[in-house]
Amino acid sequence: MSVLDSKIPKGPLKEKWTNHKNNINLVNPANKRNIDVIVIGTGLAGGSAAATLAELGYNVKTFCYQDSPRRAHSIAAQGGINASKNYQGDGDSDYRLFYDTVKGGDYRSREGNVYRLAEVSGNIIDQCVAQGVPFAREYGGYLDNRSFGGVLVSRTFYAKGQTGQQLLLGAYSAMNRQINRGKIKPYNRHEMMDLVLVDGKARGIIARNMITGEIERHSAHAVVLASGGYGNVFFLSTNAMGSNVTAAWRAHRRGAYFANPCYTQIHPTCIPVSGDHQSKLTLMSESLRNDGRIWVPKKKEDAEAIRAGKKKPTELSEEDRDYYLERRYPAFGNLVPRDVASRAAKERCDAGFGVNKTGQAVYLDFASAIERYGKEKAFTSGNKNASKEEIIKLGKEVVASKYGNLFDMYQKIVDQNPYETPMMIYPAVHYTMGGLWVDYNLQTTIPGCYAAGEANFSDHGANRLGASALMQGLADGYFVLPYTIGNYLSNDIRTGAISTDSPEFEETENAVKERMDKLMNANGNKSVDSYHKELGLIMWNKCGMARNAEGLKEAIEEIAALREDFWKNVKVPGTATSKNAELEKAGRVADFLELGELFAKDALHRNESCGGHFREEYQTEEGEALRDDENFRYVAAWEHKGKPADAVLHKEELVFENIELKTRSYK
Amino acid sequence: MKLNLKIWRQENATAKGKMVDYPVDGIDGDMSFLEMLDILNEQLVEKGEDTIQFDHDCREGICGSCSLQINGEPHGPDKLIATCQLHMRSFKDGDTIYIEPFRAKAFPVIKDLIVDRTAFDRIQQAWGYVSVNTSGNTVDANTIPIEKEKADESFNAATCIGCGACVAACKNASAMLFTSAKVSQYALLPQGRVEATERVQAMVRQMDEEGFGNCSNTGACEIECPKGISLENIARMNREYLAASVKG
Repeated sequence: MSVLDSKIPKGPLKEKWTNHKNNINLVNPANKRNIDVIVIGTGLAGGSAAATLAELGYNVKTFCYQDSPRRAHSIAAQGGINASKNYQGDGDSDYRLFYDTVKGGDYRSREGNVYRLAEVSGNIIDQCVAQGVPFAREYGGYLDNRSFGGVLVSRTFYAKGQTGQQLLLGAYSAMNRQINRGKIKPYNRHEMMDLVLVDGKARGIIARNMITGEIERHSAHAVVLASGGYGNVFFLSTNAMGSNVTAAWRAHRRGAYFANPCYTQIHPTCIPVSGDHQSKLTLMSESLRNDGRIWVPKKKEDAEAIRAGKKKPTELSEEDRDYYLERRYPAFGNLVPRDVASRAAKERCDAGFGVNKTGQAVYLDFASAIERYGKEKAFTSGNKNASKEEIIKLGKEVVASKYGNLFDMYQKIVDQNPYETPMMIYPAVHYTMGGLWVDYNLQTTIPGCYAAGEANFSDHGANRLGASALMQGLADGYFVLPYTIGNYLSNDIRTGAISTDSPEFEETENAVKERMDKLMNANGNKSVDSYHKELGLIMWNKCGMARNAEGLKEAIEEIAALREDFWKNVKVPGTATSKNAELEKAGRVADFLELGELFAKDALHRNESCGGHFREEYQTEEGEALRDDENFRYVAAWEHKGKPADAVLHKEELVFENIELKTRSYK
Repeated sequence: MKLNLKIWRQENATAKGKMVDYPVDGIDGDMSFLEMLDILNEQLVEKGEDTIQFDHDCREGICGSCSLQINGEPHGPDKLIATCQLHMRSFKDGDTIYIEPFRAKAFPVIKDLIVDRTAFDRIQQAWGYVSVNTSGNTVDANTIPIEKEKADESFNAATCIGCGACVAACKNASAMLFTSAKVSQYALLPQGRVEATERVQAMVRQMDEEGFGNCSNTGACEIECPKGISLENIARMNREYLAASVKG
């Protein structure tokens, strides 16, 4: 085991990033024209990185599996993006955003990285507005904000319930400008199959053209992985169907350490599972917790009656409802961080108070918000003696203007009207805080291989706060990576173009082809999806919201056995030389079957509870997470050694100089 | 429920395609349309047959990947949704459902139900952006107040998910609704006004080059648009284009 160097610059927290930028090597504009960079993934991190790198003068190639860069899954982010602008004058600052993020991450993130994130957050909003991103505004014409979980200020900028789409279209438009200038060459419907190393440095990739099946070689002086998270290891998640770990996992197999794989975010407000046919889960934005109140019946018999369809939630009086978040966490109430809210829902459902046919759901109720907004609206529009009906009607209009598209989405899926009856929600896998280990420069342990956005592990610790993923993706892409990568590329100004005719490209291409042949020729009788579902069940039951040593040990064995069976008995019909969704899925599931085991191994080794990682053996009497700062205040970075079981642990000690470690309390 | 599916199969862009019958059983009303196709594909895998290829990704109506002409309508019978949000409760036992790719000269078929929509990308590459550097040296976001109504209108235009239903719905396969939504988003904001003339000219030129048809104001695009993009955008683009032509 070695100790990893995070390369955090010396000096006071507030000066680290500025000093670092002043001291790193730059590449002169003429030389940038001779340097190529590959960017994998075109979501917020990849799209913004590609645009800025091209604008700086590098030659950029982007790769995405979708038919257009604009469809990357950042597009589905709903609620918003944080920035410490303090436009509301409610006491926000870079320090407070930094503090909230470190605390929210349960003290498992790097101070230096998080402060930098807070420092550049304001600039992201400036940039996006300049690009024509239509954020929500107040009547005065200025930008509007709302609150998100785990904080006491209003710092979230938003564009109704589709902030992600608007920000991604902004990054995509910046990409388009560079594509039009010939500085970005987009390779859409292309999937990265492996990373090519020459003399120990990342020098290119092997990609598959998903239309023709052709295997292609692409070289560059550096490779940026912005390929997103690995939540789909659970099969059911809020990720897109195509979201996968392959790019990151292939890099891991080539020498990039994988950090904290067990840190997964289970989002509290998703539409509950309805049946076995389900292919994915849908998120209901956390912004709904601004106005919705979460509850379950106080009496078990009421919960049972509701499950049996004999009672309706609207029939229960206030006294018969348990607003358990408000009860347990009076200071933050319904706006506790995601990990806390999810666990509290699971606790109530496990105790027998859950609703829906399955008993695996809680209510998110807007009745009191509708009444409150209705009264306010009636009052401000001069109707001082409004009737109850008038108030409810006006209140529904206000709620519709805030959350209309989310309510519509809910109604389409569940076939119930959330204006009339409370929504049903349950936690679902949403985001992965773990990812490729990177230093302060966002470089992985492979020289020349960088990771940005959800693909890296760096900023969210053991739990991510709402509206921080968009912030981190754009911070990495627009403002961090394009500068830090220059320090590395400054050594490459005399290298010249990288040839794809080297033995290294040949070998890697052959390995890719061999693996695909193996998948095509396994000739078993089980579909890829059947393996994926089976893996997902193991992950959800044994590595989900609560974990224990016994279950994790079982998971490790079961996943290893499932993987072995997969390579013998999977069936991939069709051919490798045309569009073949089954083959694409097979390659991804094969990687999930390795990652899943490492995930369980990481969770088993971390004998503490922190953030999204909750080990049943380590909890307080009140059922809160019990951290062990003495023994586990480190990043666990795993080195690949052939099989997940043989992965070697490396530690990066986390140093806290500006924040005092405390037990996280939202009471 | 039991359904009789008639699905377009086509090996590649140059091959001849045909409708093929696929009976399915055990379909539940709570399933999404794409989950119903998943079940059919699972059965094809078991038989060792090539699965039906279709575009899809987020399955929550925002990425714009999914397409499908269902019983002659883009995204099927329900309004204001993408195919991935269509649920089987909109059909009844014994129904025959025709499933085809979006049809347009500018959207050639890649395989089965997948079409090539990169023409949309090229229209946006032509000038679908504000020419601002992303290096972070812009003015503070609140320097220019923007009327809420204008900002909301710009947002409404920007909700377009680029799925191509407007083209598939149009008897001329026109891309006017798509292009005008993009032009409008910027034309309505002060940040976008600076290059408004060049933008509308470049984007319309590219749209014409891609082989999309002309607009004859039938309004079918607006009816089928999963995001309810308004025809007003086309009127706005026409005004912008006329003004740009006069300006030269």
